[in-house]
Amino acid sequence: MAVKKNNTAIRNTPKHLLGIQNLSILEAKSILDEAKKFIKLNRSDSKKLDILRGKTQINLFFEPSTRTQSSFDLAGKRLGADVMSMNMDNSALKKGETLIDTAMTLNAMHPDLIVIRHQDSGAPNLLSQKVNCAVINAGDGRREHPTQALLDALTIINRIGKIEGLKIAICGDILHSRVARSNIYLMNMLGAEVNVIAPKTLMPKAINRMGVKSFTDMKKGLDGCDIVMMLRLQNERMQGSFLPSRREYYEFYGLTPEKLKYAKKDALIMHPGPMNRGVEIDTKLADDINVSLVKEQVELGVAVRMACLKKYCK
Amino acid sequence: MKEKIFINARIIDPSQNMDEKGSLILNDNGKVKAIGKSAKKKDVSPDAEIIDVKGNILIPGLVDMKAFVGEPGYEYKENFRTLSHAALAGGVTSIVTMPNTKPFIDNVSMVDFIIRRGRDKASVNLFPCASITKQSEGKLMTEFGLLSGRGIIGFSDVNKTIQNTELMARIMDYASDIGVLIMQHAEDYELSKNACINDGEIATRLGLEGVSTIAERIIIERDLTLLSEYPCRYHINQISSKQSLEVIKKNKNNGKKFTVGVSINNLSLNENDIGEFKTFLKLSPPLRLEEDRVALVKGIKEGLIDVIVSDHLPEDEESKRLPFAQAATGAIGVETLLPLSLEMFHNESLPINKIIEALTINPAKILKIKKGSLSKGSDGDICIFDLEAPWKVDASKLKSKSKNTAIEGRNLQGKVLMTYLNGQLAFKQ
Repeated sequence: MAVKKNNTAIRNTPKHLLGIQNLSILEAKSILDEAKKFIKLNRSDSKKLDILRGKTQINLFFEPSTRTQSSFDLAGKRLGADVMSMNMDNSALKKGETLIDTAMTLNAMHPDLIVIRHQDSGAPNLLSQKVNCAVINAGDGRREHPTQALLDALTIINRIGKIEGLKIAICGDILHSRVARSNIYLMNMLGAEVNVIAPKTLMPKAINRMGVKSFTDMKKGLDGCDIVMMLRLQNERMQGSFLPSRREYYEFYGLTPEKLKYAKKDALIMHPGPMNRGVEIDTKLADDINVSLVKEQVELGVAVRMACLKKYCK
Repeated sequence: MKEKIFINARIIDPSQNMDEKGSLILNDNGKVKAIGKSAKKKDVSPDAEIIDVKGNILIPGLVDMKAFVGEPGYEYKENFRTLSHAALAGGVTSIVTMPNTKPFIDNVSMVDFIIRRGRDKASVNLFPCASITKQSEGKLMTEFGLLSGRGIIGFSDVNKTIQNTELMARIMDYASDIGVLIMQHAEDYELSKNACINDGEIATRLGLEGVSTIAERIIIERDLTLLSEYPCRYHINQISSKQSLEVIKKNKNNGKKFTVGVSINNLSLNENDIGEFKTFLKLSPPLRLEEDRVALVKGIKEGLIDVIVSDHLPEDEESKRLPFAQAATGAIGVETLLPLSLEMFHNESLPINKIIEALTINPAKILKIKKGSLSKGSDGDICIFDLEAPWKVDASKLKSKSKNTAIEGRNLQGKVLMTYLNGQLAFKQ
């Protein structure tokens, strides 16, 4: 029982994955290295491990999600954890329970991991202050989506071999995008040069303070880029008129084979999904396996999430 | 009541341009009988109470032009008793209370209630405001004349703004005739929709909806344009930005008559203090850039800003323990108003008399009340403080019912030692 004291100390100070901003370069690299090992496993016949056997993982999704939720679900199960997914759309919150109340209730069930997606920026931070287990941010408001950025990084590394020295364009609804913010932090950290491209109304005011170059013209913004990350127009987060029409948006910011020519010759396309085909990206381009990494992103997403669950579940 | 003489005091009373070592004598009615160098021990009766101030500073009791008291409806956040204790511990003896209670103070019967309740429960001078429009909805103006007759000091929709320009014009027109004070919160709703923080780097990084300084400036410009046509007693509750100050400077230099307030929060904090989602620093108007803060301090120095308010807004923990966008807005501040203001003296950005002026005689003049001064015959509302004493803000030790201070853990210099209300000792450290 002499060990117990030590254990308590660890339990009281779990590490959380709240955002790339709080991550050190060593931590990011260790997650990516770990994830690489899982890629192969996920492609094999026997995908099940028992690293997290006996551990409980709760997926707490306050916003509808298909790929992120199923990806975390699968990742947990492949590591042997007991995974419970809670769809918070129609639950106690509608009865007036606050996030903290929900957190305390769940905490009483002794989970080892809580994966949370929430419509409010900072909700995972708040949650992490109130529970005794590790909290993993699966997207909060428009702030961060760290596992998406990590899986994007892994996808690039898997295809090109490195991130350092690359020029990456992030294009579309930067204002409402947590994927953009996490990717800006991570790609910068890993040594890439980042351009962001958006119409002025969808560009955050102080974006240049985040270490990127901002453009409103795709031709200029894509110049010399190795990777073109397209973002989804987040209609659900838009209140009021940000753009004249989808048609006009597609004309100037939709990625077409013609516009892709502004980038480097072998430039690759990424998209966090779900795609608005014909709004931000030409539908054929999105499916062209020679240039599009979209399917690979989904595949490697599971590996990255397995690495994160393993790392933070202590 | 016995006569009192405060000896060995450094008396600062900007209403009389006074900053001198001397004494203060209160007569047996608690009114000022004599003040300054000329006030001598021999002028008081032999049985008078002698209070040795020991070289500390003696000023008129502070007048806080903007504080929220939870009665009626929000007694769990603050009540008259707890607000009084907090105020007196901060040297504040007169408080203008906000009307956004439940129900609203927008009709005569509510005013009668609040005045009776305040008289019974409060131990500071209360000056209640009524809302400019019914329910602060920005649609129908309240009964300015009747309400003033019942003891309403001024009209404010607190943190809401009259959006309708036609209505604002009528309000100012009507108010100019009967001479009531209109206190506006400047915020264009269309520009500030869903916003909870300054529109800048922190908003970008934290992924929060920001409100630009234009939302404030555009209302100030609109109102000051209207003011040329309808010259009423117009006061801007709180400004937060350098840009607003430029508009104010231009208009004041053109001779336009209006007054301006600023919250102590905007003078002592900036948006970086929000860190990672500290909801206690979610304020309205929001904290802005350091250059804005510096400009506001300079605005006081130049006389462009007349008043410093605490913008005391108690909120229970539950309302603050939410994701930033959902969390309640506001922070308590009446108890720390003076010590935090003194920071601007200690860091050499303002002379002390300028600070005291913005906390005493200036608000009293705007409100047209006989407070904020210790001239002969004034009420014996006095604050005595140690300019140098260091202390650390500990929310649990503050007297407000709610503990949502924006400056938890901050090291302050300057501490209130004693507060007298109408010649009676009301607080002692």
